[in-house]
Amino acid sequence: MAMALPLAYASSVVHPFEAGRLSFSTKATKHKKQIYQFRKVTKVLAYYGLTNPPYKLDALEPYMSRRTLELHWGNIHRGYVDSLNKQLPNSPFYGCTMEELIKTTFNNGNPLPEYNNAAEVWNHDFFWESMQPNGGRLPWGGVLDQIEKDFGSFSNFRDEFVHSAMKLFGSGWVWLVLKTNERRLSIVRTSNALCPLVWGDIPIISLDMWEHAYYLDYKDDVSKYVNNFMDHLISWHSATARMVRAEAFVNLGEPKIPVA
Amino acid sequence: MQHHTLSCCGGVRPSLPPPLSFRWSKIKRERCRRLPRCARIAAQLELKAPPYSLSSLEPHMSRETLEYHWGRHHRAHVASLNNLIAGTDLDGMGLDEIVVVSYNKGNPLPPFVHAAQVWNHDFFWQSIKPGGGGRPSGRLMELIERDFGSFDRMLEEFKRAALTQFGSGWAWLVYKANRLDVGNAVNPCPSEKDNKLVVLKSPNAVNPIVWDYFPLLAIDVWEHAYYLDYENRRADYVSIFLEKLVSWEAVSDRLDVAIERAAERAREDETRRQEDDTAVSHSEAVEMYLDSDTDDSEAE
Repeated sequence: MAMALPLAYASSVVHPFEAGRLSFSTKATKHKKQIYQFRKVTKVLAYYGLTNPPYKLDALEPYMSRRTLELHWGNIHRGYVDSLNKQLPNSPFYGCTMEELIKTTFNNGNPLPEYNNAAEVWNHDFFWESMQPNGGRLPWGGVLDQIEKDFGSFSNFRDEFVHSAMKLFGSGWVWLVLKTNERRLSIVRTSNALCPLVWGDIPIISLDMWEHAYYLDYKDDVSKYVNNFMDHLISWHSATARMVRAEAFVNLGEPKIPVA
Repeated sequence: MQHHTLSCCGGVRPSLPPPLSFRWSKIKRERCRRLPRCARIAAQLELKAPPYSLSSLEPHMSRETLEYHWGRHHRAHVASLNNLIAGTDLDGMGLDEIVVVSYNKGNPLPPFVHAAQVWNHDFFWQSIKPGGGGRPSGRLMELIERDFGSFDRMLEEFKRAALTQFGSGWAWLVYKANRLDVGNAVNPCPSEKDNKLVVLKSPNAVNPIVWDYFPLLAIDVWEHAYYLDYENRRADYVSIFLEKLVSWEAVSDRLDVAIERAAERAREDETRRQEDDTAVSHSEAVEMYLDSDTDDSEAE
């Protein structure tokens, strides 16, 4: 997940609101000037960082090529992080966690300019962690039970997921979410950068259906991409971890009422 | 822009239904009712080939891109569109009309995305040519300079629209001569300067003809249009498109048609207004509010 650690690369740590007040004391000015001139640093402030996927860029071959990941993560995801960092100094949202930032900038359906960048950074982090080398196949334990409870069977779920992905027109994402109000798993399709966090739901797995995610490897054969994702890439380990965390927020079972 | 091949056995091509008041469910019901049993009428829209060979746009747009973009994406939209409109009210309409009607004023019906993408891609292939680029001339250049300040400014704005279209979509140069879809929204002092060139962007499959603009130039910024050649570098793609591919002759021709159509509309509006004026002046004075013969005020 993208951590909201304000990273500062400069040798002098500058809080953006204090930037104007930074000054050297007159006594040591000359001495400090000499030091700083040698270092020639530029004050770079990055508010969010680009996190690495939890595997090497060629680890998902042959289902997602190294070149796709180099572009998708290295250029596109990185581009979103950089754009977001450029926008943040001029916006009032310094210091939010990524999830807070997404919900605030979504602005109840009238998104602010930072929304696309923030949401795409989060979405991509989530996506890299939704995949793993040697992934796919079946979930187990609680996740499998919940899927069977909410979809009837795993193959129903799989068909519905693939079907939803094929029906998406344009760019977007397909999610397996835990709906907090309905307290059940569900499959949701969103456009462009929309993320189910804005509705308070808890995403469990996501699939990037923007064309840049699959065009180099599959060209227009979307169904092969989605099927390969389901069979070989999807990380049920991550899904399990996320479900465990989600259960702290959503009560999925029946309440255990003690019988006297 | 469209081709029809009619194949029917024993039946007669139905006349075009009256436009508007259009509902998808109604169409589906009528699908069974309207046609006699033996007639199977299928007006098929065809996939038009670009006016150049698939490898002639190298190295700016590779043959592979065209094979997939035209040969698979565009073709798939044509096939889906034919499937969806077969036997419905939309069957037999021209492509422009199908797009506008299925857009349904912002609440699009299922055939819209396919119809619009077929239209958009036809338009796109005709907007580019091998050895394109350069600068326009004549009336097009005059209007560009009038409405944008300079040709370079127009290119800047076009590039900006193409680059800021988030997700999939299109960027357009259109001729704006539109008016509100309300009966009395007539410009009292119409002049040629009200009609101008505008740069627009639209998401996914949307198309400026649904907003009553007249498109002159389009660039496809769906990722499938450039990902094989330029990977994620959309800016490079847009620059090369404008420098090496765009066919300003096609744009000029479309501009001529657009101006002609706008002039015709203005003439129609003018004649209609004159008819209204004469109708009003010739009618009898209408008596009103005559409750009683006296003029006394009621509050006495």
